[in-house]
Amino acid sequence: MSTSRLEILNDGGLRHDARRPYELRSLSLSLSPHPTADGSATVTSGLTSVTASVFGPREPRSRAGTSHDRGIVSVEVGVAPWSGTREVRRSRGDKRLTEIAASIRQTFEPVILLHLYPRSEITINIQVISADGGILPTAINATTLALLDAGIALLDYTTSLSVGLHLTQPLLDLSAPEEADLPHLVVASCPASGKVTLAAMETRLHVDRFEEMLRLGVDACRVIRDEMESVVKKKAAEVVRRSQAVIGVPDAR
Amino acid sequence: MATAATISVGPSKPHPPITILKRSRADVPLAQTKFLKKTARGKVQTILRERYVRNDISCGFEACLFCQEFPGYKPVLPTIGYRKHTKLTDHEGHWLVIDTNIVLHQMDLLTNLPARLPLIIPSTTIRETRHRSLPLYSRLQQLIQDEDRCVWVWWNEERRETATVQQIDGEEMEGVNDRNDRAIRQSLHFYAEHLKSSVPNPPKLVLLTDDRRNRELATSEGLIASSARDYVDGLEGDVRQSLVDLVVGGVDEVQSGERKGRRIYEEYLPLEALNVGVKSGRYHQGHFNANQYNYLEGTVNVPGFNKPVLLVGREAMNRSVQGDVVVVEVFPKSEWKAPGEEVLDQDIALRDDDADDDEGPGVDEGEKQTEKAEKMDVDEETKKNPRDIQPTGKVIGVIKRNWRAYVCHIDRSSLPSSAMTSLSQQTVFATPLSRTLPRIRLRTRQAPQLLDQKILVTIDSWSPNSRYPDGHFVRSLGKVESKEAEQESLLLEYEVPYRPFGKAIMDCLPVEGDKWVVPPKDEGRIEWRDREDLRDLIVCSIDPPGCQDIDDALHARKLPTGNIEAGVHIADVSHFVLPDNPMDSEAASRGTTVYLVDKRIDMLPALLGTNLCSLRPFVERLAFSVIWELNSEAEIVRVRFVKSVIASKEAFTYEAAQLRKDDPSLSDPLTESIRLLNDMAIKLKAARMRAGALALSSPELKIHLDSSESAEPIDVEQKQQRETNSLVEEFMLLANISVAGKIQETFPSTAVLRSVKFIEREPEILTLLRRRHGAPPKTNFEALQDILMKRKGMTLDVSSSGALAKSLDACEDPKEPDFNFLVRIMATRCMLSAEYFSSGSVSKESYGHYGLATPIYTHFTSPIRRYADVLAHRQLSAAINYTPLHPSLQSKSHVEKTLSVVNKRHRLAQMAGRASVEFYVGLALKARGSAKGADGRTREEAYVIRVFRNGMAVFVSKLGLEGLITFSKDAHDFDAENYVLRLPKENGPGFTEVGVFDKVVVEVGIEKDANTQRGKVKMILVEPVRSELL
Repeated sequence: MSTSRLEILNDGGLRHDARRPYELRSLSLSLSPHPTADGSATVTSGLTSVTASVFGPREPRSRAGTSHDRGIVSVEVGVAPWSGTREVRRSRGDKRLTEIAASIRQTFEPVILLHLYPRSEITINIQVISADGGILPTAINATTLALLDAGIALLDYTTSLSVGLHLTQPLLDLSAPEEADLPHLVVASCPASGKVTLAAMETRLHVDRFEEMLRLGVDACRVIRDEMESVVKKKAAEVVRRSQAVIGVPDAR
Repeated sequence: MATAATISVGPSKPHPPITILKRSRADVPLAQTKFLKKTARGKVQTILRERYVRNDISCGFEACLFCQEFPGYKPVLPTIGYRKHTKLTDHEGHWLVIDTNIVLHQMDLLTNLPARLPLIIPSTTIRETRHRSLPLYSRLQQLIQDEDRCVWVWWNEERRETATVQQIDGEEMEGVNDRNDRAIRQSLHFYAEHLKSSVPNPPKLVLLTDDRRNRELATSEGLIASSARDYVDGLEGDVRQSLVDLVVGGVDEVQSGERKGRRIYEEYLPLEALNVGVKSGRYHQGHFNANQYNYLEGTVNVPGFNKPVLLVGREAMNRSVQGDVVVVEVFPKSEWKAPGEEVLDQDIALRDDDADDDEGPGVDEGEKQTEKAEKMDVDEETKKNPRDIQPTGKVIGVIKRNWRAYVCHIDRSSLPSSAMTSLSQQTVFATPLSRTLPRIRLRTRQAPQLLDQKILVTIDSWSPNSRYPDGHFVRSLGKVESKEAEQESLLLEYEVPYRPFGKAIMDCLPVEGDKWVVPPKDEGRIEWRDREDLRDLIVCSIDPPGCQDIDDALHARKLPTGNIEAGVHIADVSHFVLPDNPMDSEAASRGTTVYLVDKRIDMLPALLGTNLCSLRPFVERLAFSVIWELNSEAEIVRVRFVKSVIASKEAFTYEAAQLRKDDPSLSDPLTESIRLLNDMAIKLKAARMRAGALALSSPELKIHLDSSESAEPIDVEQKQQRETNSLVEEFMLLANISVAGKIQETFPSTAVLRSVKFIEREPEILTLLRRRHGAPPKTNFEALQDILMKRKGMTLDVSSSGALAKSLDACEDPKEPDFNFLVRIMATRCMLSAEYFSSGSVSKESYGHYGLATPIYTHFTSPIRRYADVLAHRQLSAAINYTPLHPSLQSKSHVEKTLSVVNKRHRLAQMAGRASVEFYVGLALKARGSAKGADGRTREEAYVIRVFRNGMAVFVSKLGLEGLITFSKDAHDFDAENYVLRLPKENGPGFTEVGVFDKVVVEVGIEKDANTQRGKVKMILVEPVRSELL
């Protein structure tokens, strides 16, 4: 019998890391960790940490694939050798990474107001610094913040997280051991409108549970959005305070 | 990866608030666990896992001021603890905190502690138990879920105050055990503090542990700790009396054998060495099978050899017990042996062994002699018959013990007569019911009372210094040969779960209880959704007399087109038993209802089984119907499956239905319906036979009971088969086949199916005897073919089931009307019993059910008494889009796991049923014999079905009994080639020939079996020769 040593959900209603089903991991968001990029952000969710850097809008590096009336988005994903991922190989051409990159691009293409940036390119570079489940949703959250940091026009915050299913109990924000055991779904949505920009599944999931999980995921995305907004507003307030100090607006003193 | 373009999602169902856990910097040391893990390939990985510590884990104290708001809070732990203890005499009483070693070694004690004694079980204990032993873990779960008890699970590792991390003390890393012990002690400190802030004088906490070091540390930290023995000794009065024998010696006590120093067995190798050895192919791993005829011999089936590895002698078996997973080392080929020849009964060979003393001189001598004699025998046999040689080896380690509670009785001889009245603690032997188990040494204070009782004993340990395993008494089942004790011992022996249904299960029943009725018709109601109203159909049920759980009913009527509509209506159990609730999991683990002669152990609570689901007459019931349109040749024109509501018009017995059908004066619709069904059934059966279905038989006995109260058996007879039996059977087969096709089509990978395959199978009783005499034939059919050829000049064609059916029909002997029946019984023995499987687990070609000659088969028609049928109901209900398929039924591995349990339960249930019949046959024969005034024996005609060098197996068709008659070895001549025994004539020279299929006369009597202490059928040959004289 191959019983895992890990209890996904124990009788006390606690997960293996003592979270309850609807609790997300400790989330820390930091803006502009890399001043060389046009915008950057690091999102740490539990032991998963992802940095996104945004370059652009800028002249496309290759002419091919550019559009005269809208900007294009290109995404690169890299994994740090010490990140502790076992399932993702770190080479550049890896299919898994390409897929994550494609998902991120598809998630953001409808959100970024690309018509404002004709004949230009926005490059998003994702670095997975440490991985403990939920690389894709963390990368999406980091990208949103990095885009905001770069001052690129967005429709809305796009937030994301994974939703798993243990028997009939949905679990939010899966860690790596949970991800390995459970069918799960990655949801990215624009919380203001409730629109879903990404719903990705790699495992089979019962169709009856899908809707419930998707709705739950969208609700959880709102929680993350609130968290992001408070960080962004704090940062913006700081920028305002500093610029006022430099320009010398009398009211600021 | 599927991506959706932006879509809007509406509001979700209400759920608890979604929150982000914020981890403070102070928690960092507690928040991560880092460990190294070796992968299957041998790489070492560092794994880092996150952990959150919480403040909202509740303590379960009924008067707690802080924890009431937390999720999962229940007021379990009382303000006044347990007070009936002589040493812990605080006014507020005390609670017990359970350490892991108590769960691992004193589980029987734990489950028998007074229900009002509050227990705190820290999560550390639960986790450690789970790692160490899954059976104990599930018993612990049962204990925790028992709502009548005061048990509180304290999630100590999850609560901030009691979470621990491995400490590094200088160079020394703290051991896992030390850390766990510390975690448990930490919980005691926490509780003392925590309770004080709510109540001024909270109950005291007592740490129950058998680990001396842990106790010492606890005492030095100012905690109260006690060993299990000390604790039980301090309990008051009756409680102490009833528990004192349940205490296992104590892990840290000096092992009893050590003082003597002599090792009888080799020590086991360490686990890593075993694993490495097995992996490298040096050692072999398998299940240990004791030889039930020779206690000094056992075998282990291992993948590396095509014959099982033989273990000869105590040392080679090295403390293995039936069912253990052991590792064996195989000797070089020159030392391989053939299995021994003698039947060695340990009770006789070791009758003088003293339970207190391992080195009793009498024993050693006796055993040496038998061993010596055996060795000679083996050598002799080996020379004669080199093909009997088996790989031989010895056990060098045990991977997993498979110990459970065994039904035993106290060996009277192990109790000195002076001790008969004494109440002091004594060591006695308990002899298990099963012959494959060693005697168990037992310390008890109530030895005199336990004589002549069936008792339950578990094995605790088996040290290398002790000839026998040490065990402890669990409870008494009752007097030997009393019906209650025999019944319970039977159930325990075949691992039938027979406990009454718990509260959690009863809570799953409809709240209306037996007042539940089908509500008035209304499409809006859940009961009526998509259900067809078949209340007006003339439906009736036909069952054996006294049947309470009626799961099937039938109807038939002529359609205007000239075709016939026939319907089988099965109780809609899946309407009441919903997936994944406690009732469902209980039913899944019971697997089947077990029928004993005088008792039925239900799979589902009686309210469902005999009332709400039972298709009783004159009431409306929910059903799942299979309705066919058949043409006049009984071929299926159309079939549909529908959930329905029916009202049965009559519940017949087979006999009553037969009478009604045959009564020419009746022509009411109900009678017509039965006649129509019968016509169709005859045609269906004919078609089935044409397709090559086998009409196999196995003797079925019916026990007449005096009255339901006294349950005294009066007589035994073979069950009668009526036309109406076959009527019901044909339609059930048809329903099962139709349903199997439908669910396989809809769920190709997880459909629950059933099929039969060939194997070599023969009754265990004969295996040992046959093995000596010629190589085993490739299949049993070959043996049967050979016997038929040589004895009767008949052939058996087994190339297909059709050919087999035909040649079985041809096996007729005009002089012996029972001959055909006999051949069929023997052919049935060559078949494997049918098993359930999930359709994705085997190739489509092997779905076929050989005996029924149908390409696909399942069980659908008895959901009240078989769990596989419940699964089939759920799948069919999903297949017709009535309900969605539960996720668990989509997972192939889950279905397979469930079915393997059901298969096992099914097998054991059949064996239990047979053993119960055997017990009653014994009683009935005894009753019959004593009525005649003879010594309890009756004479019966019998057929020889097998011959051996030293005996023959006979079948008494009148009683449906099979028996073995043995003679001493040399008195006669055995002709293995022609299946004939030449027995010396009683008076004068010359021989009488007795061969297979010959008719003989036997005396059937009852003899008390030494092991089971149960009456057992014993046969003696009377004609042509008296076997007693041989």
